[in-house]
Amino acid sequence: MTDSRIPVEQAEPVTTPRSQWADIWDQFKRHRGAMWGGAVFLCIILMTIAGPWVYWNDPKFVPTGRDFLELRDTRPIYVALWESSAKVSWTHPLGTDNLGRDTLGRLLAGGRVSLAVGLAAMLLSVFVGTLIGVLAGYFRALDGILMRFTDLFLALPLLPLLLVAVLLFRDRLSGLFGPEGGTFMLIVVLVGATSWMQTARIVRGDVLALKEREFVLAARSIGTSPPKMITRHLLPNVMSPIMVSATLGIATAIITESALSFLGFGFPPDFPTWGKLLFDAVDRMELYPERVLWPGLMISLIVLSVNYIGDGIRDALDPRIRGR
Amino acid sequence: MLTYTIRRLLLSVPTLLFISLVIFLLLKLAPGDPMAQVPLTVPPDVKERMREALGVGQPWYVAFPKWLYQFFAVEPLHFVDAAFGTSLGEGQQRVISWQTRSPVMDIVIQRLPQTLWVVGVAYVVAILIALPIGIYSAYRQYSWFDNAGTFVAMVGFSVPPFFSGVLVIVIFSVWLGWFPSIYDTTHKVSDWESFVFQLKQMIMPVMVLALQITSQLARFMRASMLDNLNQDYVRTARAKGLGEKTVVLVHVLRNSLIPVVTVIALGVPAIFGGAIITEQIFKVNGIGHLLITAIQANDLPMVQTLTFIFAVLIVLFNLVADILYGILDPRIRYD
Repeated sequence: MTDSRIPVEQAEPVTTPRSQWADIWDQFKRHRGAMWGGAVFLCIILMTIAGPWVYWNDPKFVPTGRDFLELRDTRPIYVALWESSAKVSWTHPLGTDNLGRDTLGRLLAGGRVSLAVGLAAMLLSVFVGTLIGVLAGYFRALDGILMRFTDLFLALPLLPLLLVAVLLFRDRLSGLFGPEGGTFMLIVVLVGATSWMQTARIVRGDVLALKEREFVLAARSIGTSPPKMITRHLLPNVMSPIMVSATLGIATAIITESALSFLGFGFPPDFPTWGKLLFDAVDRMELYPERVLWPGLMISLIVLSVNYIGDGIRDALDPRIRGR
Repeated sequence: MLTYTIRRLLLSVPTLLFISLVIFLLLKLAPGDPMAQVPLTVPPDVKERMREALGVGQPWYVAFPKWLYQFFAVEPLHFVDAAFGTSLGEGQQRVISWQTRSPVMDIVIQRLPQTLWVVGVAYVVAILIALPIGIYSAYRQYSWFDNAGTFVAMVGFSVPPFFSGVLVIVIFSVWLGWFPSIYDTTHKVSDWESFVFQLKQMIMPVMVLALQITSQLARFMRASMLDNLNQDYVRTARAKGLGEKTVVLVHVLRNSLIPVVTVIALGVPAIFGGAIITEQIFKVNGIGHLLITAIQANDLPMVQTLTFIFAVLIVLFNLVADILYGILDPRIRYD
């Protein structure tokens, strides 16, 4: 028998090998809504961070005496376009409120708080959700009790309980961490503690499916300990649903914080967040609609952009869609 | 199916008991004192006795079963009395509001119609709008209608009700002056004119509530239709020579509605929660408004009853959704 084996040509890769993340990024770039959402999101974040250095008005400054009368209730600069008698000033582009505080400055300061609350609450909720999901999926003994616990949380009427809890603990925490820090912690913990359930369910489902795969069996057969197994093999593989719920979690957290502030259960007065600014402006919205419009617009924009980013990430991480 | 329903019903009892205990213990921590409004001239020992009469200060393992008994035995008895003129619950202590010193359930029943009216109409309107949009978007996937619908749906659930509500007030009642910004709950419909007024004042709250539900339902309907449109049975139906209308509106729609119906059922309790904010904006004095004022006034029995009612709604509609799913989809068998 002659050796008829043709030497297999080593096919040189035409392009450089691509990592999974580069593929995902390519797919993400194709989602036009997600790119726009990302641009708007970054813009708003940059604005709120850089605002205090670039912008000249101090949001906390309250004019007194004669200045107060001159400065209060200035309209935004664009009102002069159709109402020539309106009180406008170039130093206050978006006008001032009834105490003479600068609206744009307060909007920027409020944005920083709202975004900080959103990000912190999202981190907490994703952490709790992932922890419970992984524990329930990996350890069979814990599964029943943890999932009943999750179901129980899903059956709680969250908004009423949030309102009650804010009222109960606000004073106590304010005493410990100061009125602003206390409320910040309270709202972050409350929002985080009431929005982890979906993440936990998704992560548990994925972990249950992954556990049956060969690579996990292989890892177990060489004696990998459970903590190593979770951090090395399971967590990287459930990253995609976690990332999607993390993005959407920011939106939920910002909306919940604004809703609490809007109902009067949020931060103390004189401490601006977008929801609080909206709430304060509602009483005089007939005369000064801009004070309602701007904070509301910011909340809606940030939530819309986050939702689009979430959509894009979901599409990018779904291998069935990728490459189409 | 029946055994499954019964099992689920039995299982929901401990769930509800546990939730009510959680709510109860949370409220036990509340710092409020029902005697804060009583004049200072009332001597302290009298105040102490008044507190005792209200049941304040008892340990939770005494107070909780008492509350359970009041809520599940005494209140239904009073309800039966009011309905049929009997006197079964006479002389039994009812759950009393600290704010008004009248039975909590009476106030809740007074406020319930306003909420149900606004929420119910909004839900029906939303379903009627969402389903056709979802169906047509899926049928003409990636057409301009679909793209516009997707964008509007995205905006719809990104704009929070406390902004969309305020926005429609600014536009329609401040600038255009078409609709009143405050919902007048004492308004009675007696003739055509008052009916038009009722319609006008309902448009804005209904619009705000419906926008959110519509956007969620329309997206869900679209996804569900898309799942079904590519199935083999659709090709078979077309191959048999059925008209396009029959294929889409009878074969595909009926199968796509199965998950949508359960989502509609699951959304009912969330809508009651969302109505809290909408009621606050338009000053509808329904149960959401009642809850906010009760929390602010530290009226714990009222807060507890309302929160528990919300919890009952959630558990109940979860059950309804699960059972509907089983009934509508014969492939799903729970037992």
